[in-house]
Amino acid sequence: MPNSTSILSPIDVERIRKEFPILHQQVNGRDLVYFDNAATSQKPAYVIQALTDYYQGYNANIHRGIHTLAERATKAYEATRLTAQQFINAASEQEIIFTRGVTESINLVASSYGRAFLREGDEIILSGLEHHSNIVPWQMVAAEKKAILKIIPVTDEGELDLDGYKKLLTSKTKIIAVNHASNSLGTINPVKEIIQLAHQLGAVVLIDGAQAGAHLPIDVQKMDCDFYCLSSHKMYGPTGTGILYGKKELLEKMPPYQGGGEMIKEVTFEKTTYNDLPYKFEAGTPNIADVIAFKFAMDFITELGKENIAAHEHDLLLYATQQILKLPAVKLVGTATQKVSVLSFRVEGIHHFDIGQMLDARGIAVRTGHHCTQPLMDRYGIEGTVRASFSVYNTKAEIDQLIEGLERIINFMK
Amino acid sequence: MTINQVQDEIIQEFALLDGDREMTVFYIMELGQKLPAIEDRDRTEENVVKGCQSKVWLTATMKNNGLYFSADSNTAITKGLVSLLIRIFTNQTPDDILHADLYFMNKIGMERFIGTQRSNGFAAMIKQMKLYALAFKTKMEIRHD
Ligand SMILES: Cc1ncc(COP(=O)(O)O)c(C=O)c1O
Repeated sequence: MPNSTSILSPIDVERIRKEFPILHQQVNGRDLVYFDNAATSQKPAYVIQALTDYYQGYNANIHRGIHTLAERATKAYEATRLTAQQFINAASEQEIIFTRGVTESINLVASSYGRAFLREGDEIILSGLEHHSNIVPWQMVAAEKKAILKIIPVTDEGELDLDGYKKLLTSKTKIIAVNHASNSLGTINPVKEIIQLAHQLGAVVLIDGAQAGAHLPIDVQKMDCDFYCLSSHKMYGPTGTGILYGKKELLEKMPPYQGGGEMIKEVTFEKTTYNDLPYKFEAGTPNIADVIAFKFAMDFITELGKENIAAHEHDLLLYATQQILKLPAVKLVGTATQKVSVLSFRVEGIHHFDIGQMLDARGIAVRTGHHCTQPLMDRYGIEGTVRASFSVYNTKAEIDQLIEGLERIINFMK
Repeated sequence: MTINQVQDEIIQEFALLDGDREMTVFYIMELGQKLPAIEDRDRTEENVVKGCQSKVWLTATMKNNGLYFSADSNTAITKGLVSLLIRIFTNQTPDDILHADLYFMNKIGMERFIGTQRSNGFAAMIKQMKLYALAFKTKMEIRHD
């Protein structure tokens, strides 16, 4: 964290880069510069190795088997749950549910909790900074339950307007769903304050941690959130898996999300009794291989130290911000005081698609468009931005290449 | 010039770029910058080509059996791409446009350097131009009956 007083050990980027095989390639005749980390991060070799080890050494279906391979697979799968519990400091392993990622985690809560506990006229509060994944599931359940969606306003700098939030809270407020950090602008949101205010009214709070997982310390007990969501693929882990954290007392009273194997205790045609937590929410054969490898990704983060990662990325963000502001016609979108390493910008007179394509021609991967946050783009009256997002393996030299690429484009278009 | 003669010319020009991605992108944008501006009255929702990620306006008129297109786009690269098509189809007959085999796309490796999404958009532009050709052809035939 930028203001952290703990003693940081500097990141040895060259050593870290060696652990990411994908980074060592040429794209369009130049060394790849990967600045699309907010979309998905690259994977260290030992995460990839964990997938291969599983398929080559102990592929078996988990939990029900009594043979040796099934035992090994089950142990490895459950080891990830333990690691995840520690990673976010949950009170119990039973509070960790494996899902396909943030999107499925939010859908699970909207569908299970929302359907069971929302009544007509109840209110759900989202923010103007949300990813479509944290909007659409709530729209769906709101339409079904005749509940009302309210939106926390966003300031010109890209921060949540807390006074605006306070005004939205009423006795009808039942759920608040906001992100920990914004994928489009990088804004780190004051989740603790948001949660405290919500709890005074007895509402529950879901935090979308997609952009926090690899960058910010997460302590769900301190934060006191009711639900927290993570995607493995944004945390150096494989695609197709992630976590829903939920407070045990809430998860216990929620109905299952999907029916099938794994999630049951006993089935007769008359009646089914559901399994205990967390299995009640894990119907069917899960994504065993990816869950197992996810542990290695979390270990990677923990070994490097989140504070050290954050310090390195903050350094990159500051440098990139300084350098890019020297270019004429560049306008930053999102200038919050607390940001994860996301640099969103526009260049006057040049469409973001053109910039993306020209940077790609130089081997630089950025994201262009609305970043699945169309309401936020509407808030600023723009169609989209160019987004460069930095990770632990990025360097200042790579940022120089981005700046050089942008300079060429700007000069050409003049 | 025939459609194929223009295509061959374009293939030769692109060959000079020697597969350099950045030069190619710059070159395409330069072509777009040279495209005459579309009339303001043609910049309507109706003239927007559906299926392009960028916004593309396209319209056509006919003079002495030949079609004349004008177009614009909010992105420089797309404008350059549509300018290639306009160059190929300008003053060609509806029949020739309808039957055109646009082999230049493969020859210059278009899909490789514009990616799948833009390739789909490019296909949408071609389809729209062929639809114009068909409309003018139908109009001509009705008049001749
Ligand atoms: C803030 C935020 N929320 C939700 C998501 C959706 O995550 P996933 O696609 O991994 O389910 C993303 C991914 O882009 C995100 O950045």
